[in-house]
Amino acid sequence: MAVSHVRYIDKTRDYYRAEGYERAYEWAHFETIPFTPFAALRKPLAQCRVGLVSTGEVIRRDVDPPPDDPRRLVYALPTDLPAEWFQSRKAAYDRYATTLEDVDSFLPLTHLRRLADEGVIAGVTARFQVIFSEYSQRKTLTLDAPAILHQMREDGADVALLAAV
Amino acid sequence: MGLAARYLEEHGIPTVVFGCARDIVERCGVPRFVFSDFPLGNPTGRPYDLESQRVVVQLGLDLLASASVPGTTVVTPYEWNTDHSWKERIFTSTQPFLDAQATEKWLAAKEEYRQLRQKGEL
Repeated sequence: MAVSHVRYIDKTRDYYRAEGYERAYEWAHFETIPFTPFAALRKPLAQCRVGLVSTGEVIRRDVDPPPDDPRRLVYALPTDLPAEWFQSRKAAYDRYATTLEDVDSFLPLTHLRRLADEGVIAGVTARFQVIFSEYSQRKTLTLDAPAILHQMREDGADVALLAAV
Repeated sequence: MGLAARYLEEHGIPTVVFGCARDIVERCGVPRFVFSDFPLGNPTGRPYDLESQRVVVQLGLDLLASASVPGTTVVTPYEWNTDHSWKERIFTSTQPFLDAQATEKWLAAKEEYRQLRQKGEL
């Protein structure tokens, strides 16, 4: 893999400038990073319940999709359904190079359930959360992240996996 | 997504972020990060490839327990394609990132959000 990864910050700045947007998006940046060592849980992974978060704008295939919510609030869906029963309605992905048709490529429900069956983890929380990729970091920090934490605690999540589409 | 991971971590929940935009995630700074050098869309393995998905998820679980310092990145062992031209084409005028309909929806949502914010409803 000699070729380096894509510089999205540079690429999007140039792209949107060419589209006529004068102000470049300020990507979040922090000097320090919070950290909860896994050891602080004082139990092995096999006793941990895993929470799951997606930016994939996931909806169920088996029920009518909810109308678009302009507030774009965090919502939750059950994890005990087959992955094939879900789909993404996200438009912001590399639609030229890949597909979101296989849910497990961005929301690993099948794999987490298998890991639970194998005893590698204690289980998956009853719900997974969907968070929108936001323009507003303020909204993410004051509304979305607290909502996710609240649901994770309600569902007894010990650890969380967050997959960014 | 990075902000949410940081928030959970601040409140005692160890996290792993899976993603394909390494510069964005690392600029934000997250406790643990599994980077797939794949097109935006498949942070947990190649579509319809159960083996790569299994490996990527397992890398994340391993990282949960093994990371001793915040800001630890693990890179998955997969190459999307031997042809890397997709990396050049993303976000160029020849490949509009959103199609016209999605762009319109995005701008409308942004405006609606701005109005809700002004009314103090968000």
